[in-house]
This record gives sequence, structure tokens and C-alpha cells, in this order.
Amino acid sequence: MTGTTTQIDFREIDKILEKYEYKKSYLIAMLQNVQEVFRYLPEEAMTYIGEKVDGLSPATVYGVATFYAQFSLEPKGKYEIRVCDGTACHVRGSMPVLNAIKNKLKLKEGQKTCDNGLFSLEIVSCLGACGLAPVCMVNDKVYPQMTSDAISVILDTLMKEEGVA
Amino acid sequence: MTLNIDIKQEQANAQEHIKEQGLRVLVCAGTGCVANGSLKVIEKFRELGANVSALTDYDKMTIVPTGCHGFCEQGVLVIIPDKHVTYVRVKESDVEEIFESHIKGGQPVERLLYKDPKSGEAVHRNDDINFYAKQTRTALKNCGKINAESIEEAISVRGYEALTKVIEENNPDGVIDTITKSGLRGRGGGGFPTGMKWKFTAANKGGKSYVVCNGDEGDPGAFMDRSVMEGDPHKLLEGMAIAGFAIGADEAYIYVRAEYPLAIKRLRKAIADAEARNFLGKNIMGSDFSFTIHIKEGAGAFVCGEETALIASIEGERGMPRPKPPFPANKGLFGRPTLINNVETLANVPLIILNGAEWFSSMGCETSKGTKTFALTGEVNNTGLIEVPMGTTLRQIIFDIGGGIRGGKKFKAVQIGGPSGGCLTEEHLDISMDYDSLIKAGAMVGSGGLVVMAEDTCMVEVARFFMNFTKNESCGKCVPCREGTKNMLKILEKIVAGKGEMEDLDRLEQLALTVKDGSLCGLGKTAPNPVLSTLKYFKDEYIAHIRDHKCPAGVCTAMKKIQINPDLCKGCTKCARTCPVGAIEGTVKNPHKIDQSKCIKCEACLNACPFKAIGKE
Repeated sequence: MTGTTTQIDFREIDKILEKYEYKKSYLIAMLQNVQEVFRYLPEEAMTYIGEKVDGLSPATVYGVATFYAQFSLEPKGKYEIRVCDGTACHVRGSMPVLNAIKNKLKLKEGQKTCDNGLFSLEIVSCLGACGLAPVCMVNDKVYPQMTSDAISVILDTLMKEEGVA
Repeated sequence: MTLNIDIKQEQANAQEHIKEQGLRVLVCAGTGCVANGSLKVIEKFRELGANVSALTDYDKMTIVPTGCHGFCEQGVLVIIPDKHVTYVRVKESDVEEIFESHIKGGQPVERLLYKDPKSGEAVHRNDDINFYAKQTRTALKNCGKINAESIEEAISVRGYEALTKVIEENNPDGVIDTITKSGLRGRGGGGFPTGMKWKFTAANKGGKSYVVCNGDEGDPGAFMDRSVMEGDPHKLLEGMAIAGFAIGADEAYIYVRAEYPLAIKRLRKAIADAEARNFLGKNIMGSDFSFTIHIKEGAGAFVCGEETALIASIEGERGMPRPKPPFPANKGLFGRPTLINNVETLANVPLIILNGAEWFSSMGCETSKGTKTFALTGEVNNTGLIEVPMGTTLRQIIFDIGGGIRGGKKFKAVQIGGPSGGCLTEEHLDISMDYDSLIKAGAMVGSGGLVVMAEDTCMVEVARFFMNFTKNESCGKCVPCREGTKNMLKILEKIVAGKGEMEDLDRLEQLALTVKDGSLCGLGKTAPNPVLSTLKYFKDEYIAHIRDHKCPAGVCTAMKKIQINPDLCKGCTKCARTCPVGAIEGTVKNPHKIDQSKCIKCEACLNACPFKAIGKE
């Protein structure tokens, strides 16, 4: 695990645990909430949940966190880009779109979040919008019928908004 | 049992309210159309409608945001039922024209009508659009016709009438009998008879038991469950409540993928609305039947579509399958008897209760009754969600409803059933699409994803694609699946890289059998299917990769060479500026050249060249 220096506000986590009445069957929902707050699952948060909730241990929490693709143990970017590589998107050319994003964000092989922490990139198996293939999502917004040019324009706009263009 | 709600009266009231809406303009607000800007279209319509004092025949106009119409490719879809018209690809800027010309002036806007891909002519009446005309929509009937977020609209189209009926008649075994007689089989993939599943679970009546709805639609290329959850959520809730009543359960979970935020939002609202009206909750409509539904969000694991893995995930654990027996019907969620059905299966239940088992079994074919939804995508003209009677042929689906292959390309194969399914070829175009015929052909209905592939799709690459998917999604519990998929992927990667050997084909087949035999759950048991079926029908493509180092479809980059034709190149330097790796050299007004050792075959230059001087071989 990466050593992070982020200060964790445990009160935020307590609020989440209370919401789910400290029930271990809500572990996945708890982790989803934690990730919403911190944009990733900090190690301290996972240990804390493991110790506070009856029937869980830090190891179980870590086991669950690493099982599901949605969870990230590293901070995600402010803009989470999800490139759909479901069958329909794959057949209609999702890979050129993915490569365009990697080039644009200057991501090295295996690197998920770009150096300035603004964007993170993830490949997902299907967003269920196959009729509009190939599809990308930036945070909650779905972008239909992507091409390498179209996604570049979208990223340019976001970068300009953030003043990093 | 006598109930404190008169559903017929509620229906009449709801219908009356809908009449008061005046001219209804339906705008699709499913995930697909929202992505294409439907929320702006809705806003614009509402803005214009607000200023209208009197329309020609109506005193007002109501904009209804609906669920998915299925014709996602043509979105944003705007339908005006009273005028029998469907507008396609509508943008915010088109709204004023539709409003002024058609709604106020009575003159349809020709340019926004759907054009038949064959004749190129505009289709004036929605019933004449082939995509819809050739379908039989029952489970999807209300999707796109009602406001998905309004319980009143659901009631107006007989929502909760079936639930009222079963509670009034108070004969749970009778309900199970009806479902059994209808011949309904699980729509999630396996095709297990639904009535039988209910019976097994009901046999354990007495203590606490659960209904679980499997909305973890993980198959890439399938989105029917999303459409039902987004477009007609009350039908699903009603189906679950009926199931709960029949098997004696009072609590239920819907497990929805986290990738479907809109479905989750609409389901939450639907549950709250249904509880407020006492169609769900404690002592439903004054009876002694209580039923609560919770939503559990998935977290991105394909294997959770398998029922025992799904149970583990609801319990908050790693979503790994458990050995069967015990079956969930005996010992499922939290160790209690549990009925697990898929979204589409449950959505069929209220219809069967209302229209009778005979009505349902009159559709479809011998062993597969009723209708089935298919997500038609890939290289086909009309992509979208369709519903047809079981037993319809592939040819009817692809060429009649789908309007044929896009761009005049040649049909090559259709991949059915996602990563567990197989590929079917031209020779299968006329087989009946039902559970048993497809298994015989080496594929399966699965969840119903149909991805059409044309001549420029490489089948070896497709096999590699699916194997990569199952390798990533294997939960790791069974060694043959965990290691077998990894090694099959390695071999396939070797072949698409042009480094394969003929012996690899035998190794693939051997490994495939080991993975199939040595895996606990459906994921591993079916993971080799895409490889086996492409090996069976497209062996020549594998051989071309291995022996001739050629990819017949021109897809595999390792075997691809991108070149500039010096006769056509004008030396505009555009390609050199576009190339991300600086592999193109040349001076202005002189033919350019690609340095093959640097080229990453991204084809960026190919698309950038204004003179079509760059080609691939």
C-alpha cells in the first residue's frame, strides 16, 4: 500500500458507520461512502472500520476492498474518466479512444492518475449504453459515440477550466 | 382478503389525470438519450409550453420524461403519441421548430423523422418504423410510454393490479401454479424454469425467507435490465412483491450494479412512492402481507451475477461463489431460504398474473415460452433494445429489425450471450433463438446481448477480448479458472501478436476443457465458450495469424503495416504533426514516409490525411 500523508477525519467515518448501524453486511456500502468522501480508501480508514464494526477485522475489510473493481487504494483524480471496453464499444473502436486519452494525459503504462491529480483513467467492462458505442464517462456524465478527436476536445475543455491547458 | 384500496378506482383516477395533461410529448430520458442531451430538450419544450395559451386541439401540453425507448442509436427520441409521430436525433435547437411547425401548425418536421435505412425515405407514422413494427413488446411495453418517475402513470397502465389480484385471491400456491404453467424460464442466462424455483423456495415456508432480484447486469453488451429498472421500475417492484407473496417472504433486496446510477435513483424513488401508497411496506393495502424492498449497490465484480456470489456480496463479503448444494432455495441469504430471479424474469410476472398463463405460453416456441429482450449492438444499422417472441430467427432480428449491417459491410458473425456465450455465423441466421437451439449451436441466450460483427472484425481478437475479460473477472477461488483463463489469454495474445504456433490451437482446446470441468460456477464453466466457438467456426482465421502472419480482418496491430502512398501524398505535413510518436518524416510538398520501427499503428495519421494517401495492409 502506498504511504499517504493525508490526514483522515475519523468523524466523517463515524457518521458513515452510524448511518449503517455498524452492521457488517453494509461493509460495501460503507466503503463506497468512504470513497465518496476521500476519493479513495485510505489505509487508516479501512483499519478503523475493521476495528469498529463487530465481526470485521482490518484484514476482512482489506479483502473486500481489493476484491471489487470500484474501490481504489490510491487517490483518484478530480475527474474520473471511465472508458467503456464492453463488447459493443470494443467492436466500434474504444481502444483508439483509450490511447488518445493516455497520450493526452501523458499516462505511463500502468499509471492510473495523472501527475497533477486532476484526471484518473479506468477501463470498465460495460456501462450499459451499448447503443451509443463507444462510450466514455467523466464523473457522472456519459459521452456517447466517442472518437479520439472528440475525447481530446472534451479533455481540452476540462483542462482549460482548470487552468492547466 | 378484502383490501382498503380499490385499484380499479385508482386506475380510473390516474387515467383521468393523464387526460388532463393535454397533449403528451414523450421525451426519452434513459441513460442513452440523457447522454445525447435529452434533459436540455425537455427543458426547452417546457419553456415553450409554458407560454402557450391555447394549442390547436389541446388546452395544454405536458412533457413526459420517459424511460428507454430502446432505439438508443437514434436518440434523443421525441414521441407525440396523439400525432403518431416519432422524431429522432432531436437536439435542443430543433425543439422550437417541432413546437412551432408541428404542435402549433400541424405540419410535421420532415427532416427529423426516422429515415428507413434501405429506402432512405422518411417514415411518417411510428407504427411503420420497422424497428418497432416487427417487435412484440410486453416486458418493455411501458418503457418509453410512461413517466418512469411517476407512480400514478404506472397505475394508469395497470400497475399493481396484479399484486392486488393475488392478495385478494389469497392463494399463494395458485400463483406458483400459474407461473409454472406459463412456461416462464429465467431470463438472466440459465433458463431455469421460474415456477419450479418458486416452488422449491416455497417448500421451506415458515421462518424468514427472502426474495432477491439480480440486477447485476454484468455481461458487456447487454442493457435490458437497466432499461426496465430505469423505464418501468414499478413493474419490477410489483413482480418482486408477487414473488414474495407466493413464497411467503416479507423482505427483499435488489442488487444493482454501481455502473447504473440512474437505475438506482429511479428505483429508490419508486420504492418510496410505492410505500407511501402502501403497495409495499407493512400490511399492504390493509392485508396481513408485508413486504419491504432494499437496494444494494454492487461494486464492480462480474462474478456477482452468479447467485451464490451475489448473496455473499449482499452479506458484505467478497463476492465469491459458494458450492451448491445447498441451493439458495434452501439456504441462501443470511442462511435463510432465498428466491433469486433476474430483473426481466420478475418484470414478466405481473403480466402473466393479469393476462393468464395461456396468454404467455401462446407466445414463443415449444420449449421457450413468451418473449425475450435482446440488446442489439455492434455493426448493425439500428442498434438498441428489442423484444421479440422466443424462436424468432437471427435473420429477422438483424436484417428486419436491425436494418442490416451498417456501411454496406458484409455480415460475419454475431456474438451472443456475452463472455459465456459464443459466436454464430451466416449458417446460423435461420436458427430459432431459444434456450435449447442456441445451446445446441454452441452458444447460449445468456442475458440476451447480441453484438453484430462485420467483415472487419477479427475473430481471434474477439476471443482474446473475452478471455481478457473473464481472466480479469475470475474471482480466483477455483485454480483451473484462475490459472486456466490466464494461460488461455497468454496463448491468444501470442497468436494476435503473430507469434503463435500450430500446437497452440490444441493447447487452447485442452485448457478450455480443463477450465470447464474444474470450475465451481458458471463463470468458469462457460469462460472458454468464446474461444471454442471461434475455433470451431473461424479456425481459418487462427491459422492465417499463425502460419501466414496475416490478420484477414486487418485488425491485429502486430501484423498491420501503415504506409503512405507517395503518388497521393501532397506533402501537407498534417500526418507528421498528428503522429504521437514522431514516426513520420518528410519535408513540405514532398511525399512523407513512415518509420515502421517507430510506428505504434494507432492510425491517427490515417484519419488525419486529407488526401486518403495513407492506407493499411
